[in-house]
Amino acid sequence: MKTDGMSRKPYVRAITSEWIFRHPRYMRYMVREFSCLFIGGWTLLMVWGLKQLAEGPAAWAAFLELLKSPASIAFHLLTLAFAAYHSVTWFNLTPKALPLQMGEEFVPDWVIAGAHFAAWAVVSAGLLYFAGAL
Amino acid sequence: MRQVELEVLRYNPETDREPHFQRYRVDCQEEWVVLDALNHVKETLDPTLSYRWSCHMAVCGSCGMMVNGEPKLACKAFLRDYQGVIRVEPLRHFPVERDLVTVIDDFIAKLASVKPYLIPKDKAPQAAEYRQTPAQLKRYKQFTLCINCMLCYAACPEYGLIPKYLGPAAIALAHRWNRDSRDGGRDTRQEEIAATEGAWECSFVGACSEVCPEHVDPAGAIQQVKIESTVDWYREHLMPWLRK
Amino acid sequence: MARSNKPIVWGPFAAGGTLTAFLTPVLVLVTLLQPSGLSYESMHALAAHWAGKLALVGVIGLSLWSAAHRLRITLYDLGVRADTLVATILYSATLACTGAAIYTLLKV
Repeated sequence: MKTDGMSRKPYVRAITSEWIFRHPRYMRYMVREFSCLFIGGWTLLMVWGLKQLAEGPAAWAAFLELLKSPASIAFHLLTLAFAAYHSVTWFNLTPKALPLQMGEEFVPDWVIAGAHFAAWAVVSAGLLYFAGAL
Repeated sequence: MRQVELEVLRYNPETDREPHFQRYRVDCQEEWVVLDALNHVKETLDPTLSYRWSCHMAVCGSCGMMVNGEPKLACKAFLRDYQGVIRVEPLRHFPVERDLVTVIDDFIAKLASVKPYLIPKDKAPQAAEYRQTPAQLKRYKQFTLCINCMLCYAACPEYGLIPKYLGPAAIALAHRWNRDSRDGGRDTRQEEIAATEGAWECSFVGACSEVCPEHVDPAGAIQQVKIESTVDWYREHLMPWLRK
Repeated sequence: MARSNKPIVWGPFAAGGTLTAFLTPVLVLVTLLQPSGLSYESMHALAAHWAGKLALVGVIGLSLWSAAHRLRITLYDLGVRADTLVATILYSATLACTGAAIYTLLKV
């Protein structure tokens, strides 16, 4: 029987991409990460819109018409959902990244996150108002 | 009493080419945890089963393992919370030494590399005891609760994908010392935790904090390190005249 | 190990992530509803003003950057190992698109 440096042969388990499906929390993480495709994609669409704006009223009208197409509406609704998910996850994680100690205690997470959600509501309402939608 | 079926990963490095599962039927008390079931197996059914454990009360951090795919302390995984066959595997993302025992050298080395101890602010020996207000203690207290159980490493997909990553516990413990008013070692620790393999491999999945049995919140610690390191970086590069 | 230069790319990511969290949902809603504020006159007035140009470039640039950074991380999570190549492509594309937006805005 070997006693000096016994036969060690550690077994390394392989890592595959299936980790994503191992628990809901990893799938939720992936959904959050995938929001970047929609937010980025929509922003690029708006860059295209800027180009149309620069070309004059006719081009801009054509762009607004394009935005009314079924494909565009579907894309916008998906983007709205993903962007909102990004916002909610971002604001809920903010207290973890920016803890605020006042005196001895830390400001509760819900206060910090709540303040962000409140600001989000105010900014959104304000923008909708100035855009003439409210 | 309840009969529980355990499906346990077995691996004998001297005889096996790869791991396999072995099932045990165990008569258990209602209030038992997975560790109790394992101990019963070892005592009455199969003395060759190997696993780490010690305190049996979730303070030593020895008995971390995967229970039905989730990183758990075996002494804190109550049988009453599980139905059907309970699969018990070694903690993920670590090499398997034997059965449920993992090779934890990587974690130990990474922990040591962040110098998780008090580095005094000046070299002179102390004149008197350190004084610390309750507020100063509260500032880092949460991060002292880590029991080095490595559940966070098993939960972290980035640690699984990037072996060089320092990992949640090591960074959280570095952060614990950085926030301690008695300590003066932040600059030294930044070399490790602000490196690419430090906080920057984290993508804030947050799984580490979810599985942590002591509610240390390593994910929070890592984001705080990222923000502090970013402020440092921009200050150093955009305002070099501030350099000490 | 030496301190990383990751803050160069992470700083704008964090800023962009915060900006998109506050702004993107309502902006998407506006482009869906197409209220009077989206008329050529209003939009042209916004884009013609120097403050408007600055705001548009800021929002576009940071939104694209945070999306690009997140996509870089996601691709690595999905098993794409060539991180340096991916990063170069994504950040360059972001700068190019932002540059295109600036160029366009200068013509308004």
